[in-house]
Amino acid sequence: MRVGVFICHCGNNIAGTVDVKAVADEIRKIPGVAHATTYMYTCSEPGQDEIKQAIKQYNLNRIVVAACSPRMHELTFRRTIEKAGLNKYYFEMANIREHISWVGENKEANTKKAIDVITMAVAKVMQDKPLFSSSFKINKRVLVIGGGVAGMQAALDCGDGGLEVVLVEKSPSVGGMMSRLDKTFPTIDCSICILGPKMVDVAQHDKIKLYAYSEIEDIKGYVGNYQIKIRKKATYVDWTKCTGCGACMEKCPSRNAYDYFNFGVAPTKAINIPFPQAIPKKAKIDPNYCRQFTKGKCGVCAKICPTKAINYEMQDEIVTEEVGAIIVASGYSLLDLERLPEYGGGRYPDVISGIQYERLLNASGPTAGHILRPSDNTEPKTVVFVACAGSRDKSIGVPYCSNFCCMYIAKQAILTKDHIPDSQSYVFYMDIRSPGKGYDEFTRRAQEDYGVKYIRGRVSRIYPKGKKMVVRGADTLLGTQVEVEADLVVLGTAVLSNPDAARLAEKLHISYDTFGFYVESHPKLRPVETNTSGVFLAGACQGPKDIPASVGQGSAAASKVLALFSKDMLESDPAVAKVNINKCVGCLKCVRTCPFQAIKENQLRDGRIVADVIETVCAGCGVCTSTCPCGAIQLQHFTDNQILAEVNALCQG
Amino acid sequence: MSGVDPKQELRIVGFLCNWCSYGGADTAGVSRFKQPTDLRIIRVPCSGRVDPLFVVKALLNGADGVLVSGCHPRDCHYSDGNFYARRRLEMLKRLLSFLGIDNRRFHYTWISASEGARWQQTVRDFTEAIHRLGPLNIKREA
Repeated sequence: MRVGVFICHCGNNIAGTVDVKAVADEIRKIPGVAHATTYMYTCSEPGQDEIKQAIKQYNLNRIVVAACSPRMHELTFRRTIEKAGLNKYYFEMANIREHISWVGENKEANTKKAIDVITMAVAKVMQDKPLFSSSFKINKRVLVIGGGVAGMQAALDCGDGGLEVVLVEKSPSVGGMMSRLDKTFPTIDCSICILGPKMVDVAQHDKIKLYAYSEIEDIKGYVGNYQIKIRKKATYVDWTKCTGCGACMEKCPSRNAYDYFNFGVAPTKAINIPFPQAIPKKAKIDPNYCRQFTKGKCGVCAKICPTKAINYEMQDEIVTEEVGAIIVASGYSLLDLERLPEYGGGRYPDVISGIQYERLLNASGPTAGHILRPSDNTEPKTVVFVACAGSRDKSIGVPYCSNFCCMYIAKQAILTKDHIPDSQSYVFYMDIRSPGKGYDEFTRRAQEDYGVKYIRGRVSRIYPKGKKMVVRGADTLLGTQVEVEADLVVLGTAVLSNPDAARLAEKLHISYDTFGFYVESHPKLRPVETNTSGVFLAGACQGPKDIPASVGQGSAAASKVLALFSKDMLESDPAVAKVNINKCVGCLKCVRTCPFQAIKENQLRDGRIVADVIETVCAGCGVCTSTCPCGAIQLQHFTDNQILAEVNALCQG
Repeated sequence: MSGVDPKQELRIVGFLCNWCSYGGADTAGVSRFKQPTDLRIIRVPCSGRVDPLFVVKALLNGADGVLVSGCHPRDCHYSDGNFYARRRLEMLKRLLSFLGIDNRRFHYTWISASEGARWQQTVRDFTEAIHRLGPLNIKREA
């Protein structure tokens, strides 16, 4: 056995706090190590060439690279040694950067730790076995979860690329948050005018199959071959018959249903079409408010419907779809006003959220585009906007910036002046964050052309005084307390992940951060991939994002899927479990513990029962290996012997 | 803690799942969250891959402490590997004292790939705990 060890300086990242030369000298003494050297940047092209040359020159057959995290460059170096003719599993990485040089302050201790960690990697690589991938067919259909602007963009791009798309949207219409917006910054484009045509494209695209008012029930399978169970929630209206005429909505006597589309700005009917441009434009009954459901009698809509589409007996339906990749574009939610009690959120009708104000501005909103105070339906003359309402506030549990509030507040302040020329807007802000193209000019326009008064400081309290709301805060630039008597207060509430984000992540086997946003594979270089191959991210489910970023990510995710599907076969990861039939006693404990149903019982010719792994289904977790009482099933590349080799190298060294 | 004399270092082994905790330790590194240097990490695909035997062997062969860390319950990359881990490791914790080993020398925890600061704190706390216990002398503790 001839092991080659390559120790990376990573510029000063490693060499600054680890004596790499001393490490190499020490590693060279290990029996079996034929070559140990250091290099400035091992991942660079000359660095990789040096590995290839050394493999030939020193006749190396096992390689260890001591550098950054294997999560960063394991694949890079596996490819390198494969090109030099070695099996790519004859390779180990020792992480001496993230786990040593960047976190330890004592150079001597770091150097000792690096020697230990590389010694362990050498012990493991000596136990490594060559592994070979097998290939399997893929199902070239894609599931897109979420029909907001990111999901629609992804679906349209995939569809235009010739892929069959299954688009699942949990609310009754596609469109997402963008369909609620009145105008978009910084161009003051009408939001629905630019989104509407996309929504129609989605509905009419012959490659896109839309499941509206549906949710993901269950996901089974792996990249290339997923089985998706979709729950079509009961709408109590047969959508194959509904023409979207709206007669039911007009006649419905239950007028106090919560309007999810308008964020509760005004009530709606128990049977409703959420908004005029809805896709699909179909009615749906809210059973929490419908008299037929709450009181057991009414039936007005059933009588009035010209196509007899109403069906009070409708049940949820589960359908199954098979796809090869998944794009998650499940969007975001907003902080509940009630979590801001010092601002009177939820208590005072004239303290509303930014998205509610959007609906007041919108011509198809509940006020038909006239800005009217919710309390008395009068025009507000003084409007105060509070930025960072919950955002950048550890006490709320939202330490991050919500990304787009600064911009939409500037837009809403401009629109307020357009709607009510004799009005005055104030904006309380912490910092104005406007780093996009044309964004900073836009916030300046709000101040310079529209006379919006920006006050740098936080609001401490909002309380009513007669018909007015008093906004009390600090002006940190003047160093004084300020009070503004407002007719209407708009809070730029914090962006949160969806309340069911964690539940969906568990079905997808993807990770989420402390705040429920999905974690991308690499924050800089793999922004739409997840750590689960075949699952991609788009839009604000990954973190607060404005429209251009969401659209960009939707297209990026689609291009990743198109690239994945440009091959007919995929290579499987050979690091899967393998049964030694001579050791297997057929207890089948592994069959019961496998989280993926990847192990089946198999009868040998002599009648003996043994376990058998379905290679393409095995995900390589190794739960079976730790379960097996006789060590018969071993996860390749992480066998008992391989892991114990590392333990022993450290403990007995 | 971080400035400890390398000669006084104790031997601590960490088994970290690839998807969450190993990533969390990477995140701590990228964020330069300083930690004591005693811990050596072994990467496993899933905390469910950690055979209690690995922990016992490490302790009997010269480790002074063993830390296992996986994904948070319900956030396992492999659905429920960490539930198997939790059951096994909890049993192991109770068993260790029968082997004559103070069970404070073994700890398991859940840390996600985004929780770099939590990883730093875990390493600090566990290293400190092991230093309080001192080197493991199997015969003496028995």
